[in-house]
Amino acid sequence: MSNLLAAAAVAAEEGGHGNPLLPHASELVFGTISFAIVLILVGWKLVPQIQKTLEERTDAIEGGLKRAEEVQQEAKETLEAYKRQLAEARHDAARLREEAKEQGAQIIAEMRQEAQAEARRIVEAAHAQIEADRQQALQQLRAEIGALSVELAGRVVGESLEDSARQSRVVDRFLAELEERTRTQERISS
Amino acid sequence: MIARQLLAAEGGNEFQAPGTEIFDWGPLWDGAPSWLTKPTLIVALSVIIVCGFFWAAFSKPKLVPRGVQNIGEVGYLFVRDQVARPMIGKDGDKWMPFLLSTFFFILVMNLMGVIPVLQLPAPSHIAFAIVPAAVVYVLMVFLSIKHQGLGGWFKNMMFPPGLPAWLYIILAPIELLSTVILRPFTHAVRLFANMFAGHLLIAFFASVGYWFLIEKLTPLGSGLGVLGFVMSVVMTGFEIFVQALQAFIFTLLAASYIGGALHPDH
Repeated sequence: MSNLLAAAAVAAEEGGHGNPLLPHASELVFGTISFAIVLILVGWKLVPQIQKTLEERTDAIEGGLKRAEEVQQEAKETLEAYKRQLAEARHDAARLREEAKEQGAQIIAEMRQEAQAEARRIVEAAHAQIEADRQQALQQLRAEIGALSVELAGRVVGESLEDSARQSRVVDRFLAELEERTRTQERISS
Repeated sequence: MIARQLLAAEGGNEFQAPGTEIFDWGPLWDGAPSWLTKPTLIVALSVIIVCGFFWAAFSKPKLVPRGVQNIGEVGYLFVRDQVARPMIGKDGDKWMPFLLSTFFFILVMNLMGVIPVLQLPAPSHIAFAIVPAAVVYVLMVFLSIKHQGLGGWFKNMMFPPGLPAWLYIILAPIELLSTVILRPFTHAVRLFANMFAGHLLIAFFASVGYWFLIEKLTPLGSGLGVLGFVMSVVMTGFEIFVQALQAFIFTLLAASYIGGALHPDH
């Protein structure tokens, strides 16, 4: 300061130069206009724009983070729901398998029982049939044997029972006749 | 240029140190209007540079910054985080339009002192320091009365609470003098004097170098000439630092005055 004042004093003494501490009126006016231009253009117009942009950037970054957090939360919830569903499904499947096994065993047992009953029934029916057939055959045989015996006895009595050869011939002839009869009967029936 | 002026002025064989006459600039050419001088041309250039730069940076701001916008944002964040918020507080962002404009306008005007050919810091003419200082002063008075009331302002200023009563006898007039009367003066003169002295120093060493190495080259004087040359380079580097620092301090004080007006309790 004192240096400056001294310099100003020297300048004043020399007389030819203005005091540097005294402003020029024209420079004051020019400086005011210049400063006003800078304040209006930079301060009033441009700085608010960058402030707005900086705010938007902060919003964008914070918003992005928040959205990412939300999405992560949602994904976590979904995953848990899926896990829960999967566990339920596994549980259900196990239960169903168990049931199916039980049912299968039951069905097999029932089937076996039925089959056994059926088999028994068939066997019984066959037995009955056989018995009936036998009875029928017996009756038929009895009737035929009766008639045949009477016929045979008649022949034997009709011929003289002289020798055994004759006897056997008679028997043989009778049997052959019998066979013949049977064959013709078959031919007629077929 | 300076040395030539000196030669023309003195015409002698003696080295003459440059004085305050190096701050006197007439009209740019014969017949030019009297206000159109080198200092006003430099101020006009500063206006164009500051407006052009911020127009390029901020006129179409992108969410993802590219190129000049990055540099502009670095400047904006510097002023906001180093000046506006520490000095004013949370509502400091509202004063960024004023503070950013002031900081860069003064910074560019100061740096004109080391731009080749121009080489004159505009605030070495006190008018260009008075204008922004006066705007800050008017703002401070207006905001103080608006936020504290006229009586409240003087009460907060002269009688800050929590001091022994007798101290107010000394404190009150000192505070009144320093805040209302000296503040605008020191605010303007701090900037002006630094730019004035810095320019004078560079001019002195440069003319020593020019005189002893080119005008009057002698075996004895050449050493002095080299010293002058080296010192003018060193001082130019130092002046870049001072110019940036003074722009910063000017803006810091402006923010501090505004902050004090808005929040007197701090």
